[in-house]
Amino acid sequence: MTARSLLTVDDLGADGIVRILDLADHMAEVNRRPNPKVPALRGKTVCSVFFEDSTRTRLSFETAAKRLSADTMTFAASQSSLNKGESLRDTIETIAAMGVDAFVVRHKSSGAPGLIAGWTQASVINAGDGWHAHPTQALLDTYTVRTSLGRTGGLDGLRMAIVGDVKHSRVARSTIAAMRMLGVHVTVVAPRTLLPPDVGDTFADAVTDRLDDVLDGLDVLYLLRMQHERMSEALVPNLREYTARFGLTPERAGRLPSQTLVMHPGPMNRGVEIAVDPAELPGAVITQQVTNGIAVRMAVLFDLLGSGGATLPAAAEELVSEGAAS
Amino acid sequence: MSLLITGARVVDRHGERRVDVRIGGDRVAETAEHLDPADGEDVIDATGHVLTPGFVDLHVHLREPGREEAETIETGSRAAALGGFTAVVAMPNTDPTQDTVEVVDFVRRQGEHAGLCDVHPSGSITIGRAGEHLSPFAELAAAGVRIFTDDGNGVQDPLLMRRALEYADGLGITLAQHCEVERLTAGAVMHEGSCCSRLGLPGWPAIAEELMLHRDIELVRLTGVGMHFLHLSTARSVEMVRTAKAEGLPITAEATPHHFSLTDDRLESYDALYKVNPPLRTADDLAAIRAGLADGTIDAIATDHAPHAPETKEQPLDQAPPGMLGLETALGVSLATLDMPLVDVLAALSWKPAAIAGVDDRHGRPIEPGEPANLTIFDPDEVWEVVPARLASKSRNTPYVEMPLRGRVVHTILDGTPVVRHGSALR
Repeated sequence: MTARSLLTVDDLGADGIVRILDLADHMAEVNRRPNPKVPALRGKTVCSVFFEDSTRTRLSFETAAKRLSADTMTFAASQSSLNKGESLRDTIETIAAMGVDAFVVRHKSSGAPGLIAGWTQASVINAGDGWHAHPTQALLDTYTVRTSLGRTGGLDGLRMAIVGDVKHSRVARSTIAAMRMLGVHVTVVAPRTLLPPDVGDTFADAVTDRLDDVLDGLDVLYLLRMQHERMSEALVPNLREYTARFGLTPERAGRLPSQTLVMHPGPMNRGVEIAVDPAELPGAVITQQVTNGIAVRMAVLFDLLGSGGATLPAAAEELVSEGAAS
Repeated sequence: MSLLITGARVVDRHGERRVDVRIGGDRVAETAEHLDPADGEDVIDATGHVLTPGFVDLHVHLREPGREEAETIETGSRAAALGGFTAVVAMPNTDPTQDTVEVVDFVRRQGEHAGLCDVHPSGSITIGRAGEHLSPFAELAAAGVRIFTDDGNGVQDPLLMRRALEYADGLGITLAQHCEVERLTAGAVMHEGSCCSRLGLPGWPAIAEELMLHRDIELVRLTGVGMHFLHLSTARSVEMVRTAKAEGLPITAEATPHHFSLTDDRLESYDALYKVNPPLRTADDLAAIRAGLADGTIDAIATDHAPHAPETKEQPLDQAPPGMLGLETALGVSLATLDMPLVDVLAALSWKPAAIAGVDDRHGRPIEPGEPANLTIFDPDEVWEVVPARLASKSRNTPYVEMPLRGRVVHTILDGTPVVRHGSALR
């Protein structure tokens, strides 16, 4: 039987997301220890296969795996046999033959991790595919909101605006879906050119191109990265106009309620989507997002590879006791 | 040597009747309500089956020369014969391109050598299908080419397309357009709509087809030279062709079985088996294509048979090539999904495309004494499922696995000689 995988947040559903976030609380506790390492995944092998560069996400996953005492391997496409004409399937089957329990996959093509999951007995964790999905980003985003607002369980009744290039963003697709599953009202803010075609109420709760209209009463302002190559595709005229319409300018920062969380998946384009110093924003949690990424990815790895899908109390006990034993 | 076909429902352009048919040499010798077999005469008992003129496919990719690992003219011809086709038009996107007499002669000879169906090479509209210089239409026409197309690409340049139509006038050839404005489809892998938004895949908008179709309908109006439109896929395209025909413009159109049987949500699997150009569209588009076939707006069912070796389809969607097999399933998909009188389905599979391809002297003929014996016999009621490993095509990229098909070819007769008997190719 093929192992469980995490390809999109739909694989988890609302209950599954809450389970991972609860587990992440325990992982965060591990991370606060002087020696932040537990033997939970000792003997398991996690292989990062990155067909698209992403140092940050790869480091986050590898740190998470190491803190759970898993062995890690890294496969980077730029130095790989793919350049010698080997197919994706042959590459995966070759690595799998070395004995891998989980693949962490980043690929520029939407759907590639799903194909890989069909070719291997190992678990596959989608670390971002094309414009499609980035489920661990969505988990760390929901976790960051939950911890920052001191919530437990879901996020019912919160209001979030996500601003920018939703069309080309796997982060947007996953984070919008996860937030809505947990009860957040999500408004997408973008010019029509940066929206997916036929965007409707299955995608978000509301859509607007007027950022100023949604700032009042906002619990979360989520800014997406504006990629420079979008200029050449006639999607926006220039970055100055983009910033004026959709950027977090000093004026908008001044209007923003102080408790509104400001989030960004990184890396930030300073002066474009965020034209203020985030350090001066009381609600900025962009650094916490990165920190929380470790705990959330530990939770995902443990959930997929830990001892037989243990229920949360048992899993927590295992972490604590094994942590004490090490 | 003669062959007697007994018991069949005979359906041709004159309708349906119940007669036995004797074939002598390469022609129909006689028909009568009842014919007794002569001593030692070969007899096909076709009781309960339909005997009809052989099918004509306006649109197949046989891959030879250039991509023989995916299909050869022989394997593609065998797939055609098993699907009931007695003539196919081979698309020019070979390597080298079918833009010289040498290459089209090679394709024709390979077809004759295989001897399973008539293989009619098309020619490209532009050299190398690069959209820059016209192919030598007259030279190629003299070599027997009747259909010219850059299929796989649309001719982007409106000036070049106008010149192509004007130059084609009087040569007895037909230009066929793959309608796609490429500036609107860069990187596209599936239909642009709510499904591609959800899946995070670049969309191929309907308007990319409709804009070029509109341009070319207007060029037909301007030049007075007829055109054929390949693989219509959108509801609006069907409506535009319907209107243009009502205005009396000399145009014809085809649709593929996959564009009236499969919707874009198949791509939810991210399986490149379902990647095709133009892409699978929505249920509304499918309904419009079916309605267009039913009222004759769309003249022909053409398969766009596009074999691809398995490893090329085992890739992420953006890297896999577009296209799906069609020859061996066309009848089964058509009868399973179209709500049309049988004679109209057969018209769209046989005599109407035969006329468009300019092969109606040999194919799609009435089943009457003296006519060429290029015939198909099928069981209209058999429900079956395609098994990829048993396909005659060299490739396996059929999208119809686990879909019940209705109607299966039993015998195919080319020039009076069976090439398929009891569902098996004889050569």
